[in-house]
Amino acid sequence: MELLSGGDMVVRALEEEGVEFIFGYPGGAVLHIYDAIFNNCKIPHVLVRHEQAATHAADAYARATGKPGLVLVTSGPGATNAITGIATAYMDSIPMVVLSGQVQSHLIGEDAFQETDMIGVSRPIVKHSFLVKHAKDIPETIKKAFYIATTGRPGPVVVDLPKDITHPDEKFEYEYPKTIKMRSYNPAVRGHSGQIKKAVSMLLAAKRPVLYAGGGVILGDSSELLTEFAHALNIPVTNTLMGLGGFPGEDRQFIGMLGMHGTYEANTAMHHSDLIFAVGARFDDRTTNMTSKYCPTAKIIHIDIDPTSISKTITADVPIVGPIETVLKDMLELVKTALKKTPETFDQEANDSWWQQINEWRDAQGLWTAPRYDTDSGMIKPQQVIEALYKTTKGDAYVTSDVGQHQMFAAQYYRFNKPRRWINSGGLGTMGFGLPAAMGVKLAFPDADVACVTGEGSIQMNIQELSTCTHYRLPIKIININNESLGMVKQWQDMQYGGRHSQSVAYKDSLPDFVKLAEAYGHVGIRVTKFEDLEDKMNEAFSLKDRLVFLDVVVDPNEHVYPMQIASSGSMRDMWLNKTERT
Amino acid sequence: MRHIISVLLENEPGALSRVVGLFSQRGYNIESLTVAPTEDPTLSRLTLTTKGDERTIEQITKHLNKLVDVVKLVDLTEGGHIERELMLIKVKATGAQRAEIKRCTDIFRGQVVDVGPSVYTIQITGTSDKLDAFVQSMGDANILEVVRTGVSGLARGEKVLSL
Ligand SMILES: Cc1ncc(C[n+]2csc(CCOP(=O)(O)OP(=O)(O)O)c2C)c(N)n1
Ligand SMILES: [Mg+2]
Repeated sequence: MELLSGGDMVVRALEEEGVEFIFGYPGGAVLHIYDAIFNNCKIPHVLVRHEQAATHAADAYARATGKPGLVLVTSGPGATNAITGIATAYMDSIPMVVLSGQVQSHLIGEDAFQETDMIGVSRPIVKHSFLVKHAKDIPETIKKAFYIATTGRPGPVVVDLPKDITHPDEKFEYEYPKTIKMRSYNPAVRGHSGQIKKAVSMLLAAKRPVLYAGGGVILGDSSELLTEFAHALNIPVTNTLMGLGGFPGEDRQFIGMLGMHGTYEANTAMHHSDLIFAVGARFDDRTTNMTSKYCPTAKIIHIDIDPTSISKTITADVPIVGPIETVLKDMLELVKTALKKTPETFDQEANDSWWQQINEWRDAQGLWTAPRYDTDSGMIKPQQVIEALYKTTKGDAYVTSDVGQHQMFAAQYYRFNKPRRWINSGGLGTMGFGLPAAMGVKLAFPDADVACVTGEGSIQMNIQELSTCTHYRLPIKIININNESLGMVKQWQDMQYGGRHSQSVAYKDSLPDFVKLAEAYGHVGIRVTKFEDLEDKMNEAFSLKDRLVFLDVVVDPNEHVYPMQIASSGSMRDMWLNKTERT
Repeated sequence: MRHIISVLLENEPGALSRVVGLFSQRGYNIESLTVAPTEDPTLSRLTLTTKGDERTIEQITKHLNKLVDVVKLVDLTEGGHIERELMLIKVKATGAQRAEIKRCTDIFRGQVVDVGPSVYTIQITGTSDKLDAFVQSMGDANILEVVRTGVSGLARGEKVLSL
């Protein structure tokens, strides 16, 4: 058997896992590993400018490709800088392996230089973690880490590597395990057939069903199956923020995103539904509004791979634990047979009148049927920026986003027809996610259009990554929706704090000149202030194929995101629809 | 309601902190917790008691099962079970009190395991209720120190929690 040092084992194990990029940043505790990378490593290393960016880039790489992301950081500050990114991946169930250096084994616990208890610090935000005690355990631990990160409900796994076990002079037998079995970890592989039958007969009998599909559909690569299923029953489909693209955004059956900033028709249909078919969604508080007033007439069928997501906030009448793909396949089979053998079980009349009702709601208040924003101010509206982006990219770009109003506008106005195109921090809501995320996506798909929709607040949280983009020539397009304010904070202050803008507009006069800033990093900066120029400048940005373009679009600072559910006190259908109803 | 949850856990460093962390992270309470390796040194057996409504207990067991280090678990309170807790209690014992305390200890089937000029140390095993009752019978004024192991338990009959 081959003899390898711990450092070489790490590199080899990553190669065997098919890792395409190491997103990392060196430091004392990982110097042996970096030396192994220098000497012999087929995988390109991407040097970010802050470890948080490494985690977001690896995370977005995973979201866009479906393959696990890989991060390598040093101990202490390197590890703690990675925490926000690990938490972001955890909340959205993203497969990712984070290798963190640790001080030498004999120093652990002595408050050694750059010592942090990474296993302890990361414990509540990882799917699992390992502290490796001996070099010969490295191959099996890394194998387990990837296995756990990518199976069942995916999530980040931390592997903490004390420096001494990666020492180049200490070599041990190396063999990478082909498969792994763990007695304590066995994710569900099939749904319960009795529950599946019950669910299908309820769906066939339902008069006002809604299919509520979340990020699990995308993580479980089941978009096509879901679409076929929805078409078979002509059932209206709403997506969560994480689920966008899991069902085609331009499909007639798509009624838009639901929840706090969901469409009028989606939230209203949910409220009046008699059967909610939840697929890979988790009844998050941003989608339910007040749970005691939640969808009073609906029965609930809930498919999820994670039993803890079922009946956590909203009780499911028919819970089905299993992978979406196999469960939906089984269900579709039964639906097709039923429709063929006993077509009368499907209530066509009820379906027609349900759609008639939904279409009335959609025509009256839908986002796309009538403009939902006024253009009186003469300034560019943030919604128009997304509409222009959508037009220029023909709805086919990868769009990463930061957090705030711009994120909600992007989710509402960019209609994602394909899964894995909409990449945002839904669960944690991490400002600073967008730019490093765009790097991860662009590295994975160098020929695709990759846009980062951001705000002047969020972009400054990881602005240093403009340097990484120069370094690796990543011609992404940054669409900065510049409202000179922490817009989402300001919106809440307008609505609930009597317009007292505590800190939300404070930086208005100290913002950088983003055009010059982009140029300083060697990129192209373009400022847009007039609506007449918007489409041209957008086209120009995307026509510069090999350049990163920072499009700084100055927009109306007083716009709010609508619809907005009346937070915490209302039901699904209680929404403010425009400023005349609420500031 | 009070539940006794018995968990077969990988005997790995950090496994216990994941269990404990889960409870604080999600706002569940732990009333008592005991853990030690089993006859198979790669496995630990952990017993915890907790209180909550049905929905909370269901979430607790689901979340425990989700922990990668947890191999299997059972809620002992769902069926017939045996539970025991051990207590050592040090009480003031002088003059006539000494005989009185000894008598009380006998009634509870405890043992005096250490004797000092003015103190007794008594060992009692039984259900938590029984231990509570003994503590009460000693009276606050006389108690110097109490230490309890927390509950351990097994299901009655043929049922076993094993690999
Ligand atoms: C790291 C982090 N800190 C604070 C917040 C709270 N927060 C949510 S949206 C927002 C404002 C974002 O401003 P900007 O990026 O300019 O977007 P806008 O809402 O103006 O479109 C803030 C501060 C957050 N989500 N993330
Ligand atoms: Mg802003």
